[in-house]
Amino acid sequence: MNIGILALQGDVEKHGHVLSDLGLEYIFVRYPDELNEVNGLIIPGGESTTLTKLMNKSHFHKPIKKFAEKNPILGTCAGMIMMSKNVNHPLVDPLGIIDVDVDRNAYGRQVHSFVDKLSVRLNGDSKTIAATFIRAPKITKIGKNVEILAEFNNEPCAVKQGQHIALSFHPELNNITLFHKAVFCNKGSINKQESSHAA
Amino acid sequence: MSKSNYEVKVGLAEMLKGGVIMDVMNPEQARIAEDAGAVAVMALERIPALIREEGGISRMSDPEMIKDIQKEVSIPVMAKVRIGHFAEAQILEALEVDFIDESEVLTPADEHNHVWKHDFKVPFVCGCRDLGEALRRIGEGAAMIRTKGEAGSGNIVEAVRHMRKVISQIKELTTMGNDELMAQAKELGAPFSLVQQVSKLGKLPVPNFAAGGIATPADASLMMQLGAETVFVGSGIFMSEDPSSRANAIVEAVTYFDDAEKLASISHGLKKAMEGLDIAKIPEEERLQERGW
Repeated sequence: MNIGILALQGDVEKHGHVLSDLGLEYIFVRYPDELNEVNGLIIPGGESTTLTKLMNKSHFHKPIKKFAEKNPILGTCAGMIMMSKNVNHPLVDPLGIIDVDVDRNAYGRQVHSFVDKLSVRLNGDSKTIAATFIRAPKITKIGKNVEILAEFNNEPCAVKQGQHIALSFHPELNNITLFHKAVFCNKGSINKQESSHAA
Repeated sequence: MSKSNYEVKVGLAEMLKGGVIMDVMNPEQARIAEDAGAVAVMALERIPALIREEGGISRMSDPEMIKDIQKEVSIPVMAKVRIGHFAEAQILEALEVDFIDESEVLTPADEHNHVWKHDFKVPFVCGCRDLGEALRRIGEGAAMIRTKGEAGSGNIVEAVRHMRKVISQIKELTTMGNDELMAQAKELGAPFSLVQQVSKLGKLPVPNFAAGGIATPADASLMMQLGAETVFVGSGIFMSEDPSSRANAIVEAVTYFDDAEKLASISHGLKKAMEGLDIAKIPEEERLQERGW
């Protein structure tokens, strides 16, 4: 499986490290036609206003929506914002891939960013991980076909719809591979390999 | 402070990669910057070109002005403190700015010591001219490093010099054996553990951005091709004839930094860039890059 990392802006490199850890090949995607070369996509963290701007300029919206019909997408932080249905900011134009509404920077400014333990339920298995939230978004509304994988303070922060996963935190900053694995490594449950990365 | 706190600080710097951080002096400019796709704004009362022109002591910006900019935009807001002025930094932290630039652009407050940045929850970025300076700042807790360049000059030559220097010194470290690293640490004036780390990684342990003299999409592309991971544009945008289109163009140029055809079309019809200064004509005592140690 060849994965694309949307490399318009953001923490592209760290996602590459996680994919390498899983033995997956990847390319950086900066042009829509490069989506034809991959069968999975990561939308990384960054600034969603910037991502929107660059996606509009390079006409990414339609091709990514079409790509999502057949191929899995993983979004972290700004990536989740871009995958959502509605966002509380006029400069952000989300893709509507996952049926959630999102508030940007909902935990506050950078001094309120944090790392905390999080309990994740995925494919019938449960794991505790360290999760890094950076000026993170919150999910404010959730569709009925969306599965909640994790909650922080009783609020959903990891969700799954179909083959797509969206996270308000950054597993790539803690070398946590389970989400990348769940999205891109064919429906396996969290196996023993994960335990070395778990907090 | 805990290790996780430092990781959260470096984490924000990671998120800014591949973006453009723009100097702004008021909410109107901040609006133009966010609309153009800036990943963050640096709020300061006078952009470096004006500091040069007007002279006088340059200090931390008025908190009211910083607050107005925070209200205007949703992207991270950064602000500058004078080198060594930890009280200004405490105030900026209380204002909840997202990043503090301990900057040579302002008049230094301490001629020997920089701020001990590990004491703060807010991340810091610091300028450097070479690897030793970069690692000293990281040792003090900087979560992001940028070249100093020569701020407010509109001249890229110093940023190129500093980026090339840092990158070539990193390369040199990667070729050295353990037995050579201590002597090299002494030579660089850098903490030994960081020298070891860089030797192993082949890059800085924190993101490495470019600043100081970037005025065109081509300048941004040049710095990215030399190894920068993001660019700061200080005076280059709001001292130009058409700030909005220039800001838009530089944002796109950073993403497509290695695509000459795209850069050619981006650079088209941008109106006049800022005037710019010949570094040789700036007297040494007026060069901002000499500040910091």
